[in-house]
Amino acid sequence: MFEIASADFIAPDVKRFRIIAPAVAKKHQAGQFVILRVHDLGERIPITIAESDPDSGEITIIVQGIGRTTKDLNRKTSGDQIPDLVGPLGQPTHIENWGKAVIVSGGVGTAEALPIARAMKAAGNEVISIIGARTKSLVIAEELMKDLCDEVIVTTDDGSYGIKGLVIEPLRPMLESSSPPRLILAVGPLPMMKAVAELTRPYNIKTMVSLNTIMIDGTGMCGGCRATVDGKTVFVCVDGPEFDGHKVDFGELQQRIGQFKNQERQSLDQFLRSCRAEKSVEG
Amino acid sequence: MSTSATPSPDKQLTPKERMRIPRQKMPEQDPRQRTTNFNEVNLGLTEEMAIEEAQRCLQCAKPLCIDGCPVIIKIPEFIELIVQGDFIGAAAKIKEDSSLPAVCGRVCPQENQCEATCVVGNRFSPVAIGNLERFVADYEREHDMIQVPERAAVTGKKVAVIGSGPAGLACATDMAIYGHDVTIFEALHEYGGVLAYGIPEFRLPKKVLSVEIENLKKLGVKFVKNYLIGKTRTLDELLNEDGFEAAFIGTGAGLPWFLNLPGENLNGVYSANEFLTRVNLMKAYIFPEADTPVQIAKTAVVIGGGNTAMDSVRTAKRLGAKRAIIVYRRSEEEMPARIEEVHHAKEEGIEFQLLQAPIKYLDDGNGWLKGIECIKMELGEPDDSGRRRPVPIEGSEFFIEADFAVVAIGNGSNPLLARTTPGLDINKWGNIITASETGATSKPGVFAGGDIVSGGATVILAMGDGRKAAAAMDEYLKSKAKVASDE
Ligand SMILES: Cc1cc2nc3c(=O)[nH]c(=O)nc-3n(C[C@H](O)[C@H](O)[C@H](O)COP(=O)(O)OP(=O)(O)OC[C@H]3O[C@@H](n4cnc5c(N)ncnc54)[C@H](O)[C@@H]3O)c2cc1C
Ligand SMILES: Cc1cc2nc3c(=O)[nH]c(=O)nc-3n(C[C@H](O)[C@H](O)[C@H](O)COP(=O)(O)OP(=O)(O)OC[C@H]3O[C@@H](n4cnc5c(N)ncnc54)[C@H](O)[C@@H]3O)c2cc1C
Ligand code: SF4
Ligand code: SF4
Ligand code: FES
Repeated sequence: MFEIASADFIAPDVKRFRIIAPAVAKKHQAGQFVILRVHDLGERIPITIAESDPDSGEITIIVQGIGRTTKDLNRKTSGDQIPDLVGPLGQPTHIENWGKAVIVSGGVGTAEALPIARAMKAAGNEVISIIGARTKSLVIAEELMKDLCDEVIVTTDDGSYGIKGLVIEPLRPMLESSSPPRLILAVGPLPMMKAVAELTRPYNIKTMVSLNTIMIDGTGMCGGCRATVDGKTVFVCVDGPEFDGHKVDFGELQQRIGQFKNQERQSLDQFLRSCRAEKSVEG
Repeated sequence: MSTSATPSPDKQLTPKERMRIPRQKMPEQDPRQRTTNFNEVNLGLTEEMAIEEAQRCLQCAKPLCIDGCPVIIKIPEFIELIVQGDFIGAAAKIKEDSSLPAVCGRVCPQENQCEATCVVGNRFSPVAIGNLERFVADYEREHDMIQVPERAAVTGKKVAVIGSGPAGLACATDMAIYGHDVTIFEALHEYGGVLAYGIPEFRLPKKVLSVEIENLKKLGVKFVKNYLIGKTRTLDELLNEDGFEAAFIGTGAGLPWFLNLPGENLNGVYSANEFLTRVNLMKAYIFPEADTPVQIAKTAVVIGGGNTAMDSVRTAKRLGAKRAIIVYRRSEEEMPARIEEVHHAKEEGIEFQLLQAPIKYLDDGNGWLKGIECIKMELGEPDDSGRRRPVPIEGSEFFIEADFAVVAIGNGSNPLLARTTPGLDINKWGNIITASETGATSKPGVFAGGDIVSGGATVILAMGDGRKAAAAMDEYLKSKAKVASDE
């Protein structure tokens, strides 16, 4: 059992948890994740470790409630228990001094990018953060990023905050500039990562993307998380999650993460019905 | 049931009379009914049947059956106790040599092991040793009479066991009995390894396993789940910082092989590990009550001919597949699956397409599998494994329509632990190299056994390795203590 030390919503449907997991906190490196289950018949889902404190033994995760498991998790509050949690999983982000690095993040990807920004900065990089969101209320972790990075640029699809448009808008001129970044790291929804990789490809700038495949064990045992990179099959949970964006088969990935769409909807509907029933009993 | 050949138990039967008793047929769920549920197929012998079956044993002076058992169970002795009606005594007798009889009685390939060498089998069906083993273990459990073995005086020595599959469980049992302070570390959220995530409920009910785990806890073994050695903690940290004086690695062969054919990453193509893990460990068969989904196939094709393939294809059938097909590149004779499983699969309407191999998975245009292109094979010269090598017949390509495929061609060894453990020698397949008599690895105080050493093998071989290593580990700890006290 893993106790939740604190839990707060930081944006609509986005909750930040501090969880007591000393062994995980001690080992965590930027780019790694945990796999957790919310209840005894629950699914195993991967969530990035946004922060860790080896002294207090706490890890921080930031969860966007989109389906059955994440919405269920986001009902939990401080003092509640998480029955199963294992980690830190995956390869840590490769950190080196590139000179100038741009971290592009979308949605809760910004939370996932925090430890990477921190490590990149510590390695001596000039770090620029580009945060994208649909709308102003969904911009998360901007202040935290500001503390870590040399520059933070926000874009929103609807123009309600920062630059109107997609993350690639502010990125494009950087690639054209006289001192372009030597590394781009994109963390967020697949279409966003794909767009970034396509944009940087002609410039031949190293572009890493953090793949969010469906996972089960997270130990390399099932192969459910497989993706094609450079024409070869990789297991994202053990070989990744970060890969060279110019070599990823995004089309295949997009299809694979939609594999259980119908069942996911069924599961979520049933969950929401049971939540409503619970409420009406209480109310 | 015919009892005519069985006089009262006090009267000694002649060998001829014994051999004339027909082998008791294991009662089982009706095939039509069982393909609609996940309940166990074999229902177990009754007490009368068990005694009757036990009478078939000739109590050989030189029991050849024992030669066929990897852990050298005293087979005639436990069978004799069954004849006497002392089922609990019989269970205790088995447990002198094996800690999981309820499991092995169900899943051991007896026809290649103890029953293959039983002399009754020379002229008639061999004594049903596996069924008897299962019977006494079930009797003991169902009557709540499982004895926790006695432990030697506590040594205070901490021992780590990595992986809770049969190898780890067997090693932990013996180390606890020797008096050591044993902790099992398991990466997943449940214990048992393949017994928990791979072998389906209809062959090995999870209840049987959980009772065994509970008993190990009673024996004082500590269990830590959600703990991946190599990530959460390294083996060196366990040994150098956490006070463990020895370790056993039983991490299994958990790296699914694929065929590397075009289209293998299409939706609807699974590794057997993924498919079985979803259904068994994550209980997708009761989705949406359990959160983990699995696809329900119209036509499921399972590629392979081993136990894993049989488990996968029978699982697909139970989930509702209209057609469930085995595609195997050799003939039935070469199939590594247990005969009983093949037989059960056939009864359940599983189709067998033998001497065929897939060459390509086809896309329906939306990223989903719509079928598999296959080619017919013929058997050529024997290969390294002694089985005749399948050779494609040119121009014999054909198409099987299928929306679901499971690749069940075996597992390699998971590299995670070896990669994070300097000084641990592995061979070119990634299996840990050990001294065959002791299970000792290249790293002092570290032993290994089961599938991580042998590649995909069997439950009983994994258990045998675990026990062998435990004996060697105990010696190691004693000699270490002696060196320390001499210094
Ligand atoms: C390495 C990695 C790190 C991640 N980090 C975070 C994070 O920090 N914060 C966060 O909010 N989300 C993160 N995610 C995404 C998160 O795992 C999914 O949102 C979650 O699994 C959805 O489950 P659900 O039951 O709520 O939704 P569902 O309705 O089941 O699924 C919604 C979508 O999520 C994906 N998904 C479903 N099941 C799984 C699964 N078992 N494993 C992975 N993806 C799945 C699928 O694309 C699916 O279409 C991460 C994913 C990966 C692979
Ligand atoms: C579907 C299927 C059906 C089978 N049917 C039969 C059968 O009928 N009869 C038979 O005799 N054999 C059968 N086998 C083979 C048999 O199950 C295996 O040979 C046996 O389970 C091997 O035991 P093990 O202890 O070596 O490893 P496993 O059972 O594989 O257990 C290894 C355990 O270690 C854990 N682990 C791995 N790495 C780490 C780590 N780094 N840290 C912590 N934990 C870790 C894993 O999660 C797992 O729980 C079958 C196998 C499969 C897959
Ligand atoms: S453990 Fe397996 S091989 Fe040994 S006697 Fe039992 S069933 Fe036979
Ligand atoms: S070989 Fe067969 S008959 Fe002889 S002791 Fe063993 S089980 Fe009994
Ligand atoms: S999640 Fe199973 S191998 Fe990656």
